[in-house]
Amino acid sequence: MEDMKVSMYQLYKDMLTSYLEDKSEHALYHAQQFSKQMMEQDMSPEETVSLHVSVFEDLSQDMPEEVKDSFDLLLEVMIGYGLAYREHQSLRDRQQELESELNVAAQMQRTLLPDKKIDLEEVDFGVVSVPAGKMSGDYYHYDLDDHGNLAVAVADVIGKGVPAAMSMSMIKYAMDTLTDKQMQPSAVLESLNRVVERNIDEDMFITMMYGVYYPEEHSFSLSSAGHEPGFIYNAQEDTFLSLEAKGLVLGVSPKVRYQEKKLSLAPGDFVVFLSDGVTESRIDGEFIERDQIVDMIRERLHLPAQEIVDEVYYQLEKAQEFQLRDDFTLMIVRRKV
Amino acid sequence: MQVQTHVDINSEWGIVAARQAGRKLAREIGFGSVDQARITTAISELARNIYLYANQGQIKIEEVTGSGKRGMKIIASDEGPGIKDLRRVMEDGFTTSGGLGAGLPGVKRLMDEFGIESEQDEGTVITTIKWLR
Repeated sequence: MEDMKVSMYQLYKDMLTSYLEDKSEHALYHAQQFSKQMMEQDMSPEETVSLHVSVFEDLSQDMPEEVKDSFDLLLEVMIGYGLAYREHQSLRDRQQELESELNVAAQMQRTLLPDKKIDLEEVDFGVVSVPAGKMSGDYYHYDLDDHGNLAVAVADVIGKGVPAAMSMSMIKYAMDTLTDKQMQPSAVLESLNRVVERNIDEDMFITMMYGVYYPEEHSFSLSSAGHEPGFIYNAQEDTFLSLEAKGLVLGVSPKVRYQEKKLSLAPGDFVVFLSDGVTESRIDGEFIERDQIVDMIRERLHLPAQEIVDEVYYQLEKAQEFQLRDDFTLMIVRRKV
Repeated sequence: MQVQTHVDINSEWGIVAARQAGRKLAREIGFGSVDQARITTAISELARNIYLYANQGQIKIEEVTGSGKRGMKIIASDEGPGIKDLRRVMEDGFTTSGGLGAGLPGVKRLMDEFGIESEQDEGTVITTIKWLR
């Protein structure tokens, strides 16, 4: 430490001597580089002032008393800056700590989402889900039951960040307790609603759309708890229709009944589930219309479901200059044959 | 005989007097100009806290020796309302006087040792030491 001080002293002295001699830009450039070195060594503003004073005293034998005294005042003022500087450093360290804690939590949250591939002859499946921050308030689910039926869901916790993410994990655990027999959409939402209603703050709620594809009868059943309407694509007529079912958001009232809708899917037909992060995307400051999402999907009908959702996401992400305002989830389930 | 000074804090004059006494002793002990300014700032902050939150109290300044080192100890005491949430006032970014960078975490940074005891409705005692290097 003492050695370092001596070497800093010598460096500063050389620099100042050279500058006083020729007032060159070169010496000033040196000083700028030197300041980085000082900060690396945690030298505070007041120490810098003090270094300057002692070097200057050394160089100019007859420094006027007033000049010397004036530095006392400067030093006193710099103490405050020094404190602010150290506080800044400690807050920055704290921020890094929080950041890494959050990264671990986000990593843990990702493990709650399904990641196995769906291996069904009859179904082409794709999903993309991207949080606006580190943690997501969106949740998606897909799972095959013992009879080869495919259950899918998208849920959206109203709110963002950590509280939303914590509620999201509750949905996941509640879904894990459901058995195959309870896979019927209206029954699933009724049972999740009971769990959510008991465990969540009054000012929080969750919307969800849940559906099951039955490959044997080529039908799709769904129920919705106040969730953003999806779409159903009819391949023969080449039309998109809005897809929704009546039902209250989860967590508001203990006993809620959910309407269940049943559709039949012909080859090439598909359903689209999404979160409001998709429909609340903005292009040039304006919310996009649902028609625009339909258009984006329509342009990519020839692609596999996963590529469609990925490309729609990329297009919207780019249009918003890579700044998502809300968690984004988009899912497609298409009957292949 | 080691030097000991008491300064009563009940006005801004008291704050200045405490600073003055602190700077004088720091110089006598042999602290350099940067440390003198740091010690003085710490005294200033402690005295201001007394003045602002307890109306009156005392700053005691003395020379100390320990494990072969010389140092300076400051004890700030008052019989004011006390500090409810010690952890919170020691947090960076939380300063009740609204001053940037200073406050109690600032005092702790300026000095080498720092201790605080506070009892609600009974008062606060802060003890802090700077060692001569």
